[in-house]
Parts: sequence; structure tokens; C-alpha cells
Amino acid sequence: MTSRFREQLEEALFPPFVALLVALICGDLLIMSYGQPPATVYKLLLEGTWGNAYGFGQVLYKATTLTFTGLAVSLGIRAGLFNVGAESQLAAGGFLAALVGLGLSPSVPTVVGIPLCMIAAALGGGIVGAIPAFLRVKFGAHEVIVTIMLNFVVLAFLNWMIATHLHVPETLHTPDIHTGAIPRLSSIFPAFHGSAANFTILIALLAAFAVWFLLFRTRRGYELRAVGLQPDAAEYGGVNVRGVWFRALTWSGAVAGLGGINYVLGYKHYYEDGFAGGSGFLGIAVALVGRNHPLGVVLAALFFATLSQGGLAIHAFVPKQMVEVLQGVVIIAVAMSVPEVRAALRSARRPAAA
Amino acid sequence: MNPFSFLTQMIRIAVPYLFAASGGVVAERAGIISLALEGFMLSGAFGATLGSYYSGNPWIGVLTGILGGLIFGMIHAIATIRYRADQVVVGIAINLLAVGVTRFFLKLAFASSSNSPRINGFAASQGAHGFDNPLLWIGLLTAPVLAFILYRTRYGLRVRAVGEHPDAAQSVGIPVAWVRYVAVALSGMLAALGGVYLALDQHQFTDQMTAGRGFIAVAAVIFGRWDPVRAALACLLFAAAETLQIQLQGNHIIPSQFVEMIPYILTIVALAGVVGRAVPPAALGKAEH
Amino acid sequence: MTAPQPDNNKTRPAILMTGIDKSFGPVRANRGASLEVLPGEIHALVGENGAGKSTLMRMLGGLMKPDAGKIEVNGKNVTGWSTNDAIAAGIGVVHQHFMLVPTLTVAENIVLGQEPVKSGMFDYARAVAEVEKLSKETGLAVSADKKVSELSVGEAQRVEILKTLFRGARILVLDEPTAVLSPPEVKELWTVLRRLRDSGGTIVLITHRLDEVMDLSDTITVMRAGQTIERLQTKSTSPPEIAKAMVGREVALMSRQGEEFGLNRQAPTAKEAAATESYSAALEVKDLVVIGSRKTRVVDGVSFSIQPGEIFGIAGVEGNGQTELIEAIAGLCKAQSGTVRVAGHDVSTSNVAERRAAGLAHIPEDRHRRGLILDYTVSDNLLLGLQDEFASRRGGVLDTDRIDENAKEQIQSFDIRPPTGALPARALSGGNQQKVVIAREMGHEFDVLLASQPTRGVDVGAIEFIHTRLREARAANKAVLLVSAELNEVLALADQVAVMYRGKFAVVMPAKDASEESLGEYMIGTRKESVA
Repeated sequence: MTSRFREQLEEALFPPFVALLVALICGDLLIMSYGQPPATVYKLLLEGTWGNAYGFGQVLYKATTLTFTGLAVSLGIRAGLFNVGAESQLAAGGFLAALVGLGLSPSVPTVVGIPLCMIAAALGGGIVGAIPAFLRVKFGAHEVIVTIMLNFVVLAFLNWMIATHLHVPETLHTPDIHTGAIPRLSSIFPAFHGSAANFTILIALLAAFAVWFLLFRTRRGYELRAVGLQPDAAEYGGVNVRGVWFRALTWSGAVAGLGGINYVLGYKHYYEDGFAGGSGFLGIAVALVGRNHPLGVVLAALFFATLSQGGLAIHAFVPKQMVEVLQGVVIIAVAMSVPEVRAALRSARRPAAA
Repeated sequence: MNPFSFLTQMIRIAVPYLFAASGGVVAERAGIISLALEGFMLSGAFGATLGSYYSGNPWIGVLTGILGGLIFGMIHAIATIRYRADQVVVGIAINLLAVGVTRFFLKLAFASSSNSPRINGFAASQGAHGFDNPLLWIGLLTAPVLAFILYRTRYGLRVRAVGEHPDAAQSVGIPVAWVRYVAVALSGMLAALGGVYLALDQHQFTDQMTAGRGFIAVAAVIFGRWDPVRAALACLLFAAAETLQIQLQGNHIIPSQFVEMIPYILTIVALAGVVGRAVPPAALGKAEH
Repeated sequence: MTAPQPDNNKTRPAILMTGIDKSFGPVRANRGASLEVLPGEIHALVGENGAGKSTLMRMLGGLMKPDAGKIEVNGKNVTGWSTNDAIAAGIGVVHQHFMLVPTLTVAENIVLGQEPVKSGMFDYARAVAEVEKLSKETGLAVSADKKVSELSVGEAQRVEILKTLFRGARILVLDEPTAVLSPPEVKELWTVLRRLRDSGGTIVLITHRLDEVMDLSDTITVMRAGQTIERLQTKSTSPPEIAKAMVGREVALMSRQGEEFGLNRQAPTAKEAAATESYSAALEVKDLVVIGSRKTRVVDGVSFSIQPGEIFGIAGVEGNGQTELIEAIAGLCKAQSGTVRVAGHDVSTSNVAERRAAGLAHIPEDRHRRGLILDYTVSDNLLLGLQDEFASRRGGVLDTDRIDENAKEQIQSFDIRPPTGALPARALSGGNQQKVVIAREMGHEFDVLLASQPTRGVDVGAIEFIHTRLREARAANKAVLLVSAELNEVLALADQVAVMYRGKFAVVMPAKDASEESLGEYMIGTRKESVA
């Protein structure tokens, strides 16, 4: 293994390792405060998630949405931009997919229906992502605050649309979507019976591959990463920095929007107000722990999904709220370790005198 | 709708915003991005609930609420100042953490997933005009007091220097990190007071009771261009819109969701510089020494 | 706070630094450097860029600690002290880049950290009064209540000086104070400094402008390559002597190489070149004007042209507009007016990529900021600016095989070490990093090469290598625009030499007529010629 590869590996793996360690220690403390033995609880957590088909299916389901939002955030970060709006982009994507799905006549074949809905989902998220993109490029408005504010605006708007026009009475969701519905895993793998896992997983993996390919194998990806690492050098290299910013943030929104199909087309077959449920914000954590690399994002998504589902599995022993505490602690711990690791590795990497 | 009832309701709605926005102003003027106001508020609400419940005295609740905000504020400060963690990420994480921690201890202390038992507040009962609540008056005074500190004291001068040009401050021997620690601790405590007010006013703690108020405070800070009094005016503006919507509820002139959007849209507009430029403190978010 | 008082002990040095060593990784900024400044004198610390002057003064000011050596102030050993100690002992440093908070007023900036207090509150009125009093005493005119962001550069500098005096500074260190001042402001500063010296203060002036040194100082210390070379009395020396001490190294070496490669080739004069321009010129610049951040004309109507097979050298001390000139030609900063033609094509309104396509290559002066992406591998850095050529027509997929091949080739022909394309650029030494940039820029087709400080921070072996490459470009009938603060480099390589001073070409002459002596006065601004 060349030394450069090893150093990159170190910088990439250390923070997630810290995450795991911190999660374990913190988990121990919380579990013990409930008078329970940690080892038993952890065993139960693993059994309830990776140990049985239903639990594993739930993990896969949750990880799918998180993969999309994690990819979205990491794409933005690679270009030097912070997209905090994945939550509303996810919702907008699901919404538009639902509209298209409802609008399509039942005679449209699934092979056409699903891709159409997917495009709609990406479009929904992309439109929401284009707003901060435009404001950043044109006015220099910082995307962090704009996306945070826009989250509220978009979610309120979607809530209004549902509550006043599109909802099935007594609920806050649209009517069922038939064209464009994505089958559950359980339709092919009966072991997954009852879980929400559906074939959106494949789309998520494809998306991860696509983002990886774009970032590391194309000219545009080369330029995007250059802008994120050293915009002055990118400019020198003939890159249109503002153009890259605009496209990165818009595509980031589109990827997050695409994630909406997991719930809307794959699980419930309708759009429900509030379905995003924090997955957009967790996407930030996923990107962070996954070190903004598509493979890391997939693994980090699995990690957080396991925590989330695991919380339900151990509910009899420790309240599932423990998982939420762990989430917050892990994020802070990893955020703290990243600059330290980078600084330590940098001083260790000083070039030898020529 | 009579003007007096409008005014009193508006002020009661504005108090949590006033507290939290003041907290946001002091931290951001010192150069630390303040997205954790929501989490600070929630921790203050829960801390106050614990204190008031176990002692029966709302003032004890105020103290424990402030303590809650201080604890979360220190976590934020250590992570971002000592360890230079990304301030946006930490802010969001604190919010998640606060939700998790309050839920966890809600279960542990009160065996409930949704709310605590009734606690003693300042007002005899809910409703009434609320002016017998000392916290309301303290809330109204927060902005002028903060303005005074910021513009008339040595510490305030140093905060402003640190938030604009930390290198210059350091070159004259000012302990930049220390100034920031104090600022973030203050922001935690002030924002927590907003939560304290909520909990004591509603006489209980409910899960996620802050309901996004912390982010409205963030909007007020930006819309008020990082000035305590202007941010307070922004809080009043936002509260007025909310009150208007509540009092006009039956009339369906504007749907409630759109009134909700007002603070956020105004902030986006301010950031785009359409109505004058909102220029943050120059060193905001760049705590990399 | 009052103005400095006269010192009693005239023979004991105010500052005595001996045997100072300081390294930053492999870079030895100071090697056994020394400095002796007597009280009540204005002492000039001169040297080229990178000579180690600022580093030495930073240690005096307590911003860093020396690796070895001793620092004494007024007879007391203060080696390794902190900024607060230094301030308390009366040392005041006026930095090149002002340390002023723009949103605060003059008075607030001056008293920051030592604010007057009345009943717990910051007594702003008293701060203003004290500042005005000090201002009157020292003759440094400032408006105490004005926001710093509204000040002129000269005013801001006076505030910086007042800041130090407010804290009781008796030893003032000014780092390149005139770099940002206009001539009348410079005169004002001189009056102030003289007055301070006459009332007993000690002043150290870091500068490379020899006219200023002659004008103002009492004694001079010359530094070169981290060492102290000479200590001179201003009255008994002259600019050529100082310049020789500043520049001294490797003159013989360079000239020898220059002669070997036919430096005495008959190159066209400026006028001759102008006559045959437009159609045969590889690079043609007309009336270029660039407005700088301080609203001044940093490039003030520059015109010249370069023929294929010619190296045009621009000499001059850094900060006279060379950076902006190159960036404007490359398309990285906007020119206010003027035209640029590359190989006959007008690129005045073209962007960076288009200018590259027109035949422009660019070795930037700051390889860390512009020239390289330090976290990218060497292979990836070799694509910067050329990424289009390594991607497929459709879809823009990068051809990894060709990229690896390209890397292998370049690494070999430019002798880049360590010879692997997989390392991040960060891990290479300065010289090898520069070779990566040069390999990239010169390793593919170009008509005009902009080479800005091409051998800065590069070891001797690499310097030779780079010079050889530049000569090869000329031999291959390319045009090279060389900008360098190293006069020897320009003299050794160029066919035509121009001296840039305050945004204009002070003179253009054939290299065979050029020498340190003949160019020196143009470089320090004491001589100007109208250029066609």
C-alpha cells in the first residue's frame, strides 16, 4: 500500500471510527442509566436490525432515503457549498412524483410510469435547489441560511397544498398512486414480508455509483472538486466557478428530491405531509461520517439506519429516544475530530528538504 | 379584534423570540454561527420544567432552565472553538441532541413520551394578559440591555472586534477564544430563557415544544442585521404577523401556512440584498486560527 | 499616554539580536541572523523578498520564538517572549497588512485592549480625548471618531502608529510602510518618523526601496537568504553598494550561463519591435490599465510586444503592478481598458480558457493558490487547465489511461521527484511542485508563455533546470514573458528588459545594455524614461 493511499485512508476512516467509538461509550452510559446491561442491549439491537429479515428490511428502507440525502449534501460539499435544504428538497421531490403519479392514466405501463415519476422527483428537488443556487451566484447570498429558511417556506407550502386541495379526508396524504408504484422487496423476497424495503434501493445504489462516476471519472467532476478544494486554482484552470456552484447546488437538490420516491412510490404509495421526518437533516450527518464519498455515504447511511431501527428493537429495555441522543453525540464527535485529524496528518506530511 | 388584546398577544408571542434572538446576536457578533438557538431553547424549557416540578417554585425553574442552556452552550463552544468543528454542523447537531436528550429524560423522569405533568409558572392560570409574568418584562428588556453591553462596555467592544477582525484583536492581546466562549455561553443562557418562558407559561413541557421558534429567532438576527434592537424589532414584526393570523383565523384571508412563511421569506430577501444588504460580521463562521 | 522620552544610555543598543535561527519545516528563514539598533536612531532593515527580514522582526515582536539565538531589548534578555510582553516593554509593530477593525472607529481601534473605563462602562469620550491629545503631541493627524473603513490608506497607517504609541511604544518597527502610500503620503510619514526619532524613539524600517533608505535612515542592516550580510552607516554608503550586498549571490554563476547561451544576441530594440508588431508579434499588449483594490491604477497604461523566439523580461521590485499585469493578460483579473493580442488574436474580452486555447500558457507566481490544487495528485494537477483534452468528446469521461501516461511522460522529462503521479501535490517539495506546474504549462502546445516568479522558493538545481527550459522555449520560437523580482534571473534570460515601477514601464532596453547599475535607478524610481 503506497503511503499516500494509506494517509488518505487514515483521514477517511478515522472520523467514522471515532463515531463508532463515541456511539458505543455514550450508549453504554445511557443504557446503564436505565439499569440495563449494555451488552444485552447491544445484542438485542443487532438481532433486531441485521439479525432478522424484517428488521434488516427496515434498515435497508431507511438507509435508502439517507443515501439520497447524504449523496445530495456530499455533492454540495465537494463543490464547497453547504446544502441544508435536503429536507424540503426531499419533500418537494416526493410531492412532484406523487402529482405525476396521480396524473398519469392507469393505462400507462409501469416501465414508463416509474421513470416519469422519478424525473418529476428529481425536478422537484432540483427546482428547490436552484433557488439558493441562483441567490448565491447572483447575489452572493450564503446558501446555508437560504436553504434553512427555504426549508420552512417549502414545507409550509406543501402542507398547504395537501391540507387544502389534495388530501384524502381525515388524513394528510394524497390518494393512492398506482401508476409509477415501485414494488416492495417482499414481492420477490418473501422473507422481507412486512418491511417497507422496496426496489428504490437499487436506484439508490445506482445513484451512488453515478455520483461517484461523475465526481471521479468525468471532466465536470474534476472541475467540481477543484472548485471545492481551491477555487482560485480552478479559475486559473479555466473553470467557470459560478457555473459550477449553480449546477452543484441544483443537482444536489435533484438527488435529494429523487429520494422522495422511496416513501411515496415504494412504501406508502401516496404522498404524506411530513414524510421526510428529519431525513434531510440526517443526510448532513451521513455526508459527514461518510466523508463526502459515495461509498462512505452508503455505509454511513446503513449505520444511521441501523441506529434508528435498532432503537425500536430495544424499546422494551431503553427508550428509543436514546438513539436520537446518540445521533446528536456522534455528529458532534465526528465534527470535532475532522479538523484535528486533518491538522495532525498535515503536519506529519511535511515534505522532506529537496 | 381590539388593539389592546392584539398588542398583549403579540408581546406574549414575541418574548421567546426576543430572548433567543438576543442570544443569537451576541454569539454571531463574536463570530460564531448560531444555528443552535432551537436546541438551547428546548433545553431551557426542559430544565425549567424539572426545576419547577421538583421545587414547586418557578424561580428555581428559571435557574435550572438557564443551567440547561449553559450546558448546551458550552458543548457548542468547546466543539467549535477548541476543536474548530464546523459551526453549521454542530449547530444542527445540538438541535438534534436537545430533542433526543429532552425526550430521553422526559421518559426517565416523567414516564411519558409527550409531556410532563403540570408545573408551577408565574401566572395564576393560562390566558389572562400575561403582564404579571416577570419573565415577560425581562424579555422586553433583553434587547436594550444587550445593546448597552455591546456598544457601551469593554466586553462589548471586544466582542465586536473579535467578530470582525480576530487577528487585529489578538495582536493587541485580547484573548479571542475566551471572548467567544463567554459569548456562546451567554447565547445559550439567553435562548434558554426563551424556552423557560414557554414552559412556565404553558405550565408544562411538551415534546419539541419550541416548534421552530429558534429558527425564527435566527431569521430575526439576520433580518435585524445583527443589531440587538433591530433584531428585537424584527421579532416584534414576526410576532405581529403571527398574531394577525391567529386573530383573523376565521376569515381565511391568508392561509396560516403563508403567514408562517413570512419571517423566512423576509430573511431570504434580506440576504439577497434586495432591501439593502445584510452584511454579517466579517469573521462569522471562520474560527480557524 | 505620552510621546516617547529620550533614552539615557546612548551606547547600549536598544535592540540586540544575535545568532538567530528560525526554520519552517525545510525552509530556513533565518540563519545566524543578527541585528543591532542603537537607541534614538532610524535603522533600515533591507533585503530582497524572502531575505528573512519580516521573520526576524516577528520574533522581536513576540509573534514567534527563535529556534536558536538571543534577543536583548535595552540590555535585558527577552528571548522567546510573547506579544503582550513585547507590547509592555515598549515594542510596537506596524504590520504591512493593517490590523485594524474596519467597523470600529479610530479611537476604538487605538484603545482596544486597554480601554478607559468609567463606572464599569467603556468611556468612549475619554478614549476620543486621549487619542486627540496623542495625535496632537505626535503630529499624527487622525479623526478619532471616524470609522476605519472610511479612512484613506495614509490615515489608516497613522492610526496603526498611534496604536503602538498609545501603548507606550518607544521602539517602533514598520514593515514596508510605504508599499501602499502615494509620494505625498510618504513625505508625511517621513516627517512623523523623524519627529519620533528626535523625541527619543527608536525606529526600525523594513524596506526594499533604496531611495527611502538613503532619505531617512541613520544606519542600515542588509539581509540576504536568512543571514545578516552587512551593517552600514547611511552617510558613508550608496545605493549601488547596498544593492550589491542585497543581491550579491550567484551573480557570477548566472552571467557565465548567460554568456554561454549567447546573451549578446542582437535583439531588436523596443522601437524596432514596435514597428514590426501587430502581425508578427506573438504577444501584443496596448495601453493596459488595471484598477486595484484601493481604486488606484496598479497597471497604468502599459504597452509592449514580444516576438516569437524572444524572452521579454520585466524586472522590478514586487508590488509595482507586475502581478496584476500578468493576471490581466491571463484573463484572471479584469482590465479597465487596453487590448491584448495572442498570436494575432484579440483576446481582450476572452476568458481564461479561451486565452489558453489561443496559445497562452501561464506559470503563476503563487503556485499554492493558483498553480496547483494541493490535495489533488500530481497526475491530476497535470491536467489543470487542460482537462478538456483528456476527456472524451461526448459525456466528458476522463481517459484515465491517457492521464496516467501523460503523468509518466511529464514526470520523466521534467525530472519530478518522487517520480510517482499518485502523490498529492502537497507532499512534494517547492521545487518539485514548481516543476509540476512547468511540466504542465510547457509540456503542450503554446505560443506565449507567461512566467511569473518561476524560480521562487525553488532549490538551486531546479532553478537551473527551469532556466534551461525557458531558453529551449525561445529556441523553439516561442515567446516568453518573464516577470521576476530576481534581477539576475531577468538579466541572464531576457532579450529585452523592462523595469516596472508603480504601474508603468520606467524603461525598456535590450538586455545587452542592461545591468544592475543601469537598471538600479529605474527600479528605485529615481529615474524614468518615456516609453513608446
